Amino acid sequence: MKQTAGQHPNRRPYSAAVPGEAAALRPPSFLFWSAVHVLCCLVSAALGFRFSRLLFLLLFSPASHHHNHHHHVHLVRQPPAAVIPFPPPPPPAVAGRVGVGRHGIRVRPWPRPDPAEVARAHEILVRLQKEQRLRYGVKDPRPVVVVTPTYARTFQALHLTGLLHSLMLVPYPLTWLVVEAGGVSNETAALLAHSSLPVVHLPFHEDMPVLWNDRHRFEARMRLRALRVIRERRLDGIVVFADDSNVHTMELFDEIQKVQWMGALSVGILAHSAAPDATAKRQQRASEQETSPLPIQGPACNSSGQLIGWHTFNYLPYAKKAATFVGDGVTVLPTKLEWAGFVLNSRLLWKEAEGKPNWARDLDEVGISGEEIESPLDLLKDASFVEPLGNCGKKVLLWWLRAEARYDSKFPSRWVIDPPLEIVVPAKRTPWPDAPPDLPYQRIANEGGHVEKHVSKKVRSYRSKRSSRNKKKHETHVDTQVSEMSSAQEK
Amino acid sequence: MGSGIWVLTLLILHSVFEGIAGQEQELNHRTERISGSAGDVLEDDPVGRLKVFVYELPSKYNKKILQKDPRCLNHMFAAEIYMHWFLLSSPVRTFNPEEADWFYTPVYTTCDLTPSGLPLPFKSPRMMRSAIELISTNWPYWNRTEGADHFFVVPHDFGACFHYQEEKAIERGILHMLKRATLVQTFGQRNHVCLKDGSITIPPYAPPQKMQTHLIPPDTPRSIFVYFRGLFYDVGNDPEGGYYARGARASVWENFKNNPLFDISTDHPTTYYEDMQRAVFCLCPLGWAPWSPRLVEAVVFGCIPVVIADDIVLPFADAIPWEEIGVFVAEEDVPKLDTILTSIPIEVILRKQRLLANPSMKQAMLFPQPAQPGDAFHQILNGLARKLPHDKNVYLKPGQKILNWTAGPVGDLKPW
Repeated sequence: MKQTAGQHPNRRPYSAAVPGEAAALRPPSFLFWSAVHVLCCLVSAALGFRFSRLLFLLLFSPASHHHNHHHHVHLVRQPPAAVIPFPPPPPPAVAGRVGVGRHGIRVRPWPRPDPAEVARAHEILVRLQKEQRLRYGVKDPRPVVVVTPTYARTFQALHLTGLLHSLMLVPYPLTWLVVEAGGVSNETAALLAHSSLPVVHLPFHEDMPVLWNDRHRFEARMRLRALRVIRERRLDGIVVFADDSNVHTMELFDEIQKVQWMGALSVGILAHSAAPDATAKRQQRASEQETSPLPIQGPACNSSGQLIGWHTFNYLPYAKKAATFVGDGVTVLPTKLEWAGFVLNSRLLWKEAEGKPNWARDLDEVGISGEEIESPLDLLKDASFVEPLGNCGKKVLLWWLRAEARYDSKFPSRWVIDPPLEIVVPAKRTPWPDAPPDLPYQRIANEGGHVEKHVSKKVRSYRSKRSSRNKKKHETHVDTQVSEMSSAQEK
Repeated sequence: MGSGIWVLTLLILHSVFEGIAGQEQELNHRTERISGSAGDVLEDDPVGRLKVFVYELPSKYNKKILQKDPRCLNHMFAAEIYMHWFLLSSPVRTFNPEEADWFYTPVYTTCDLTPSGLPLPFKSPRMMRSAIELISTNWPYWNRTEGADHFFVVPHDFGACFHYQEEKAIERGILHMLKRATLVQTFGQRNHVCLKDGSITIPPYAPPQKMQTHLIPPDTPRSIFVYFRGLFYDVGNDPEGGYYARGARASVWENFKNNPLFDISTDHPTTYYEDMQRAVFCLCPLGWAPWSPRLVEAVVFGCIPVVIADDIVLPFADAIPWEEIGVFVAEEDVPKLDTILTSIPIEVILRKQRLLANPSMKQAMLFPQPAQPGDAFHQILNGLARKLPHDKNVYLKPGQKILNWTAGPVGDLKPW
């Protein structure tokens, strides 16, 4: 590499030592010219640049100094005095087109990228990558069915848009089943309308619980609902459980094409800790020295690549600091085996399918009579037939992350502020005190239902120079804000 | 009933042949056969078409030099050493010089290295001359033809001109003693003193093992449009600019340093080979000499070479149709390089990638150890075989002399 990129960085270290240089001339003209040379050197040293070029320009240059060539020749690394065309280069020593010697460095007048060209280059890249995929990628790709449980909340726009863009990049035919808790809402529908993917928006007519343990079970039931729809409609393809807050790589969708019936992947767990204290840090450092810094859930294989067990999440470092409800300030932990780490062939769910293995349970029997479904392994009679993917779990293809705002946090509908705020005056005092308030749920738990009016209504009214109509609008806006705050207190 | 059976057998045979043709078509869809101006010659086998006699020179011409500096095995001029080793154990070698078509002289002229690894050519003319004097006195075959059926491997910057600086090389010209011999060299430029008619241009040596270990899966999408790593200005030797690369590299930098499509810099990344496999076009501009190992690397990694070197003669030009494989840009068109590259029709780019994907193309650029069929060693032998049979007038009449043994600079005549 050095040899190629270097291309002789110290190309001519011995030019002085070349033997056989032409012998110097001895006539007196030599002395004259050397005196002129010394004089010129002194003048240059005084002036600070090689003035001989300027001299040549003034004395010898033709009138064609300002020709309007498309790429006129000028040297870029001159002293900032002028853009000077070269004195004519020495005549080429060879009777050919290409001459040895000094050449100009051609720079076009506005060397900036042309957006039309950049767009064309991107089209070329897209076409080439498609060709590459055809040639080297998966043969006979199967469609992908994505199952996502969601519900309308503050961070939904953030997570769902991210997932939407990831799915738009998937090069295989895709069907997206979005199961929404609390029924179909306009918020979610508006977000999903941004893509041209075929989306099946399924309502789930119960509200999302607040406690994390309840929530994990609830989501499992939502996913089962989606699996039942797949079974009814006999959707074909590979089922991926993509939670809206997870991060997926594109290689994931290439890797799952290899699955026969059921596959397991490695999921990197990004269980962030909000504010670790000293003891937790010490514990973390001690544990990090033994294990890898990123906890990973997924299949465990023996040396011949067969599945022998599962890597699950180690709860010990987080024993006292787990989040119990949404919006808690501490770490959110995953379940033992996340749904996201499994993929199925949708034919496993159908009533009858060719070659369907007998180690899978019939979907109609699953989940009835209060059975708790924790992970897709509960859909199987025998978990040893699961295929490990991603180089037997060594490659992490997706990351699990749960970042949620407080469960009672409010956000403007569809993240549009309508009517737009005309004047925004910063309130001298914020409506909420500096210390984080007790959350309503906690307060209820502590004080047995006693509700305090904790926060004073210190909202400044807006001053408006506009007409009374606008004033009314603003006041109603303020009023709703205040009323929302009070209703939050009373929950 | 009989005719029914005939029809059935005909149908079966037809479908079988269709299947075979279909498979071949599919193979052709992925790669294309490469045929240059000499025809479809990349896969020819030279064994049996020529015989090469290897002179036994004293080890001061080859082994001792290599022992003094084993770095010669890894730099880009290592082809001369590997060619020697290949010929020693090749089936084309003959121990009977009377039946030989070609004679090879193993002299390592590019192995006198500076501490930083650059070869010094100052003693090379004397070394070559001394070797020729040796073979002409010990064997009669040099004098028989004055070297017309001898070939020499001279992989230095300007071939047998034996100098790294172009003006000096042109001044010296090709070593007079080699006027009638066939030169196997990396340098190639049309209408240049240092390329004589009938020379065989070869690729520079690039380490095949190293490149193999850096291969990435072929379905990694190519997302870099144009890629280049190397110098743009040679501040040490050309402080004012304009000499190095005839200003072409500097022009590339000044025009495209802000262009997001061009991933160009003077970095030395450890992922150089991997990045080339993620790029669509790789720039191969001239440096102090028009050739560089970048061409070999681009071909091996499937990146379309963009050659910016006027009048360059690329390796094995009669066997490989370089016009169809690479993109040639004149040095004066460098400011328009982005327009040129983005306006190439997509079918043309796809065809170039298919041609590059042909494994015989990649093999022809490499010097693997041990030699494999279709590699650069075999292409050199094929080139030599295509020049056979020798013309009658290469054999001199007794007493006829063409070469002037005292021609050339005085310094060359000193013994080595």
